Amino acid sequence: MIVFLQQLINGLSVGAVYALIALGYTMVYGILRFINFAHSDVFMVGAYCGFYCSRLDSGHTLAGGLLVMAIAMVACALLGIIIERLAYRPLRGSSNLAVLITAIGVSLLLENAAQLVFGADPKAFPALFPERNFTSQAGLTVSSNQLLVLAVTAVLLVALQWIVLHTKIGTAMRAVAFNHQAAALMGINVDRVISFTFGLGSALAAAGGILYAMNYPSIDPYMGTLPGLKAFVAAVLGGIGNIPGAALGGFLLGLIETLVKGSKFSTYSDAIAFAVLILILLFRPAGLLGKFQVEKV
Amino acid sequence: MLSIQNLSVSYGAIAALHGISFEVGPGEIVTLIGSNGAGKTSTLRAISGLIKSRGKILYQGRDLANLPPHEIVAAGISHVPEGRMIFANLTVAENLAMGAYLQKDKGGIERDRQFVFGMFPRLAERRQQVAGTLSGGEQQMLAIGRALMSRPKFLMLDEPSLGIAPILVKTIFEKIVEINRQQGLAILLVEQNANLALEISRHGCVLETGQIILRDSSAALRENPKVRAAYLGGV
Repeated sequence: MIVFLQQLINGLSVGAVYALIALGYTMVYGILRFINFAHSDVFMVGAYCGFYCSRLDSGHTLAGGLLVMAIAMVACALLGIIIERLAYRPLRGSSNLAVLITAIGVSLLLENAAQLVFGADPKAFPALFPERNFTSQAGLTVSSNQLLVLAVTAVLLVALQWIVLHTKIGTAMRAVAFNHQAAALMGINVDRVISFTFGLGSALAAAGGILYAMNYPSIDPYMGTLPGLKAFVAAVLGGIGNIPGAALGGFLLGLIETLVKGSKFSTYSDAIAFAVLILILLFRPAGLLGKFQVEKV
Repeated sequence: MLSIQNLSVSYGAIAALHGISFEVGPGEIVTLIGSNGAGKTSTLRAISGLIKSRGKILYQGRDLANLPPHEIVAAGISHVPEGRMIFANLTVAENLAMGAYLQKDKGGIERDRQFVFGMFPRLAERRQQVAGTLSGGEQQMLAIGRALMSRPKFLMLDEPSLGIAPILVKTIFEKIVEINRQQGLAILLVEQNANLALEISRHGCVLETGQIILRDSSAALRENPKVRAAYLGGV
């Protein structure tokens, strides 16, 4: 029982990171109907922002750590907006395939630029926050980092849900996701809403990058690839385009993966995400919370 | 108020409009009639900036041709598109809020909302309902109400009777006349139901394969034997 609870806690903190990345995939898909494969590299840049900003804060205080995270989120939001403006906006109206290929190109560009700028060697990610382990009498151990991951993710998810459901720009996001032309006829500047969506998704990815690096404290320019792919699976699992679905998918995938890791099949833990993808595509292609929609012609 | 001069639209190699010209005066209802594919919808979409066009779209002296749609709305032109295009995933209240996207004053938005609810009480009853669950007629009311929320001075309606129960068509046309009279709103109406359209409009243009072949007062068009034969069921 203790082992199971322990895995549950570990799984949730892994899943939280997947959830944060998956939200960016799903929001962009919801609005532009394409998978932004460069998203996992924004996640990587987020971790590097945390790495460099952490030098400003030597005290390892909670407030300092949160400030570092906020700076990284703002920086990556700008990066996401710039990527959309330079790479995707000129392709508006082109085929989805052209945009998809461009996304892969942007991803390669970011990875190689990161090698150039940050260096190809893995870097040790510093401790941003004061660390402590809490152990219960029964032997259950929770680290302060795990708690922090869950707390930060919970706050970000609630904030995102509030933005999407209760603000004007959030309502505009949903309107644009439903129909660009109808949204434009309301006086909504569709390009601006798309920029906002990229910024929001990229900020969440940056937070995810830092939280991830806190638990796996070695960062390199390709660190985004695997978590990015898994987060993509999480987004499909929850129903691509569906915001609560992405969060649910992230947590579920983190739990499944951690439980497999704790079993005798532990060597298959990375493969399990893709087995989940295959199963969901076979049996419920719209995802857990998604509704099946006929593609508009 | 609105003066269209030599407006052309093409979709790739296919021309949909061949340089049409017409005018809509202040407070006037003008109707475009014509068969499927004549270019009625293309005309409206060009005015609201959804498609690229050549020629002039002079609105209160300013050329609006090829401006992005949100600037057209800001200039005071609102378009109720064919098929209504309400946001089916949003509630009735959220749809109306999106109509008021460019309005800043909360008090004014609330007044407009009450005006729309007064005009279409059905929408007030269903304000928290998801718009996709409304009936066709209710969706059309919502589409018109949403368009009014942007405080237009010029309203374009594309096939407001399409796919709506006959009893509601009458209500909706009465409301269109009411909006025109009460607010002095100029209206450009595209309608399959030419009888109804010519009844409430002052002028009409007959479009055929991208050209205006007839332009006259609605009363005269209703008596025109050619129009009667082609669009009014020949009676």
